[in-house]
Amino acid sequence: MYPRPIPENARIQRALYLSSVTLVVILWLLPLLAVMLTSIRSNEELMAGNYWGWPQKFSLIDNYKAVFEQTAMLRFFLNSLLITIPSVIGVLILSTLTGFVLSRYPFRGSNLIFALFVGGNFLPAQIMMIPVRDLMVRLGLYDTVYALIVFHIAFQTGFATLFMRNFIAALPGELFQAARAEGASPFQTLRHVVVPLVRPALAALAILTFTFVWNDYFWAIVLTQSDAVKPVTAGLNNLRGEWTSAWNIVSAATIFVALPPVVMFFMMQKHFVAGLTMGAVKG
Amino acid sequence: MSRVWRRNRHWLTPVLFLLPGLILFGSVILAASIETVWISLHDWDGIGAKTWVGLANYVELADDPQFYVSLKNNIIWLLIFMLAPPIGLALALIVNQQIRGMRILKSLFFVPLVLATVTVGVVFGWVYDPNFGLLQLLFGAFGGTAPALLSDETFVTFAVAAAGLWPQIAFCMILFLAGLNSLNDDLIAAGRVDGARGWRMLRHVVLPQLSQVGFIAIAVTVIGALRSFDMIAVMTSGGPYGSSTVLAYQMYQESIFSYRFGYGAAIATVLFVIMIVFIAWYLNGLIKAERSNA
Repeated sequence: MYPRPIPENARIQRALYLSSVTLVVILWLLPLLAVMLTSIRSNEELMAGNYWGWPQKFSLIDNYKAVFEQTAMLRFFLNSLLITIPSVIGVLILSTLTGFVLSRYPFRGSNLIFALFVGGNFLPAQIMMIPVRDLMVRLGLYDTVYALIVFHIAFQTGFATLFMRNFIAALPGELFQAARAEGASPFQTLRHVVVPLVRPALAALAILTFTFVWNDYFWAIVLTQSDAVKPVTAGLNNLRGEWTSAWNIVSAATIFVALPPVVMFFMMQKHFVAGLTMGAVKG
Repeated sequence: MSRVWRRNRHWLTPVLFLLPGLILFGSVILAASIETVWISLHDWDGIGAKTWVGLANYVELADDPQFYVSLKNNIIWLLIFMLAPPIGLALALIVNQQIRGMRILKSLFFVPLVLATVTVGVVFGWVYDPNFGLLQLLFGAFGGTAPALLSDETFVTFAVAAAGLWPQIAFCMILFLAGLNSLNDDLIAAGRVDGARGWRMLRHVVLPQLSQVGFIAIAVTVIGALRSFDMIAVMTSGGPYGSSTVLAYQMYQESIFSYRFGYGAAIATVLFVIMIVFIAWYLNGLIKAERSNA
């Protein structure tokens, strides 16, 4: 271990160390804590200039109620779910298939195809913006959730293929030889060997893809216009323009947007970290 | 029909498995990226017919002062982002202790990475607010007044990039933590026997073992810096007076706001070329690393 572990019996040292790290975390998250604090303040207090003092009155419920009732955030929130969930499912299905083939059926050109998936995944979004927007307009999908779903599935499949291919390639080869010896068809191998074994990888991939798609802003503003289809990220930015002086409402909406990925992260933290490091490290 | 299928399914099924993903990725992502290069040779308003103009968009770009502002800002982003790997490593070293309660602190460090960039933008808009932001609180404590960073042409890009650094540091930290967990304990122990401690241990024993993770952290950071768009769109919209644009943002502005899709495509192509150089360098490094591992 590096740095050298603080010995178990050095209780005071350990406690001191933990409290200093806690202090660093508080400083690290201070910008976010400030927004959280503001989201429970009343508008009068903000008007009076009490931005940093202890709130005299807690308006947590009022502020969040205002977000639900007076803004379209709930609609945006539903839109985000309508976009994110099908995208995640689509990515998981497609990448299990591509990852399986690219790891277990070597053929001439399979490395090239794999390289295309990996390389394409690093392209910045702006490079494909104009043709993708044009394509969605021509398909009649522009300004619908389908435009975002199709794009996100296509784009995330690049990273997801890399991820699944590496995972399936690391599974014990004997399983696949046994399946072949038993005369299992590729479909049966997929169903009875691959799918049961890749569950942990799928969990990691699901949380990563969820976060990526939920947090997308660029494609939301390029492919949608109307409030009826806009996801929360684009909605939040609009809200900020409309409610310029009501910082408590904007802050509450900000926390509302941040909540799903943060909650998902804390629920599936191990998968998230493992997925991210595996994706990048083995990349 | 079914006989043909049965005879050929051992290779037909894999092909059928591969096709949906490949077609979708190929037609939406790869073909679109290449089509951008084609569009950049045209004059196009996004709706009507395209007019072939050859390299005229690139000639105009070479004389466009805004292009150089964007390019310069891209470099500023890149330089500021280079702080992410060392700070991420430092934080990883700090939390790499097995103490009860350290795990939850570790996860709290990762939170900025999970936030949408829009959220980070709104949060830092709040930090930089000259009337009541955190920055003003800090300056006020020393009796000063915080500069209005986001409306200052000189500082605006630094301020926005610094905000973008926040999640990037968390990303590098995760990578380095994974690296620290796979250190070779024998080498560390040998170093301790030889009396290496603190900085010398880090420099001569630990860092060489982290070179692969470090490489990935740097590469991911470079790509992240070149990709920057959301923060600029949310925090400044490229302003004041276009002083905080980067190539990605200028391209978006020219296309969506000015309906100059051909010109926008030319900017995207320049970004594409810069990016391909980095991607090639990254993939090359990875392949080398994989070979030396095997």
